[in-house]
Amino acid sequence: MATQIPQTSTSEHASAGFLPRIGRSLAVVPALGWLIGVLCAVIIEYVIGDTLAVMLYLPKVPALFGTTLVLKEPLLFPSALLFVLLVYALPIGAVARMSAGWTNRAAVALERVPIWLSVLVHLGLLYAVLHVWTEASDYRLQVAKLIMIAVMLTLSINVINGYMGEFSCSHPGFMALGAYASSVFTLLLFKQDRLFGAALLPESLGPYFFPIALVIGGAAAALGALVVAIPSFRTRGDYLAIISLAFMFIVKSAIENIEPIGGPRGMGGQPHWSTLPAVFAGMAICIWIINNFVRSTMGKALNAVRDNEIAADAMTVNTRRTKMVAFMFGAFWAGVAGGFYAHEVRHVTPGSFGIQMLAEVLAMVYFGGLNSVVGSIVGAVSISMISEILKPLQLYKWIIIPLILILVMIFRPTGLVAFRDFDIKRILGARR
Amino acid sequence: MNTSAVHNPPLLQVIEMTHFFGGLRAVHDYNLTLMPGQIRGLIGPNGAGKTTIFNLITGIHTPTRGRIELEGRNLVGLRPHQIAASGLGRTFQNMLLWRHMTVLEHVRLAHYAQLKYGLAGAFFGSRLRYAEEQRVADNSMRLLETFDVARFADQIVTNLPYGVQRRVEMARAMATEPKVLFLDEPTAGMTPEELVQMIGIIRKIHEEFKVAILLIEHRLKFVMELCERIQTLVFGEVIAEGTPEEIKNNPDVIEAYLGKEEVA
Repeated sequence: MATQIPQTSTSEHASAGFLPRIGRSLAVVPALGWLIGVLCAVIIEYVIGDTLAVMLYLPKVPALFGTTLVLKEPLLFPSALLFVLLVYALPIGAVARMSAGWTNRAAVALERVPIWLSVLVHLGLLYAVLHVWTEASDYRLQVAKLIMIAVMLTLSINVINGYMGEFSCSHPGFMALGAYASSVFTLLLFKQDRLFGAALLPESLGPYFFPIALVIGGAAAALGALVVAIPSFRTRGDYLAIISLAFMFIVKSAIENIEPIGGPRGMGGQPHWSTLPAVFAGMAICIWIINNFVRSTMGKALNAVRDNEIAADAMTVNTRRTKMVAFMFGAFWAGVAGGFYAHEVRHVTPGSFGIQMLAEVLAMVYFGGLNSVVGSIVGAVSISMISEILKPLQLYKWIIIPLILILVMIFRPTGLVAFRDFDIKRILGARR
Repeated sequence: MNTSAVHNPPLLQVIEMTHFFGGLRAVHDYNLTLMPGQIRGLIGPNGAGKTTIFNLITGIHTPTRGRIELEGRNLVGLRPHQIAASGLGRTFQNMLLWRHMTVLEHVRLAHYAQLKYGLAGAFFGSRLRYAEEQRVADNSMRLLETFDVARFADQIVTNLPYGVQRRVEMARAMATEPKVLFLDEPTAGMTPEELVQMIGIIRKIHEEFKVAILLIEHRLKFVMELCERIQTLVFGEVIAEGTPEEIKNNPDVIEAYLGKEEVA
């Protein structure tokens, strides 16, 4: 063994030439450069994707970077890899690196304008990327939207489980409240429907009222959160976790037993208002507000309550109010996510807001990292992606995802990027 | 009797405070009159109820009986954060720092009751919020400099040496702008050198911030050095009260504190 150590270290030295050098040369690329690189890649795919797929004997443009395809037909691995290299990796790397000079200058210029303008420019580019990328197939579009909804949901649970450190299991319940409340609102007002009869307002007005429907969903969830928030004044830890779990089941059973909203058969026929721009805007606003909150001293009070409640109290922090705010705020965004979800899948049943969804959202938040906005985004995107990619494996998916989770917990007990603030200025800044 | 007590109203007054934990009488008829700018000590063997007295006055427990008044305003029944905000700061025997937060965040958070921007300000990042956060940050840095810990501002507290943590905790308590400061064994676990430093720090707090201080302490030398008057607590009852000299020579105190001579 001892003789092998110098050997491996020399071989590492030799390889230090290529990959790390690429890494170093890409380190100077600012966020703006990456976005432009990705935009070029998705445009290339949009233009020549079909032709290239035919040339590489792929049945069609691979939806999720060829991964799902490879799991179904392993023999297509070389073609899929080549496709990803030619369409994504090479163009992104090349464009990002070659444009680094002027994107850095642009980033410096953007540092001088008000931060919101710079953020809007980047968000606009990101939206353009998503828009072009999701043009390829409806499947991609839905995956992208569901991932963004998952980001909202994960962020909202991170407020409670991460920032305030209460293990809350009630999130599917909050989401169900949001989904149902917003659905009732839209079906009642804008849709001819078997449950509520004729529409009260013309459907063309509907999309303008969608934000109101979402806020109503969020508000319903926030009110429901009181059921968990009030016991949290007196009890913490395992006991509160049980209460929150009970809350989830209460919501599920209650909905199952209320016939006017469809009972166990659920509620369908919601208008398809969760369009890509709507969900994207919702996610951006959600990230913005939650990030604002957790970085303020008011938001840090959540951390103080988590780490030591008695000390928080002695340092003038109103702990009851803090807990109440955390639960209601987290639930509000879960409700909004539920509203988006209902208007995307357009059929909600109480069964879909059960233990399985709880497992998924907990996996996302603990995988990504507690107490971290970046971690929530990473967790939601990666777990949703993995779960989508592994779909061809059917049941084995539920062996592999938990295994990944266990490995993460062993090597990074608080998740991939825990305790990391989301510093917009640093992310968007120039790299020189 | 202290003559100034007759003319000036006391800052903090505790009258016949009694507390039971179930059937156990933890504190019995405790009285305290703390004048502005005074430093007083509370000594006694382990389990005498010293920390319980702190917890009762700061609202962690509600006394079974008795009155507590800060500048004439009743404190009994208020929640701990209200008591803290009304001008009663404290430190803890085992420090109770927030283990995932940086030094600066500790001190900033102790300004919580002084923030006026409200939830909407926190959510949407109002101009008032940034102005207030800036003021709080500046004030926090000043406090950290006062306690000579400014160079640790961005470090997580749990990574710091013990003496530094103690000073951070004091800076945090001072950020609540207390009129009365309760120090619960500020020298626990300290070396003799750190102890001398701590005496200096407490003197400095006393002079710069003009606070009255009530001190729980085990080390008699420390209490004798700092306090004008000392109470000795045994089994929840004050058995002796007086100047350091009087306490040092009081036979009851010696017995309670050191045991009887024959036994020793």
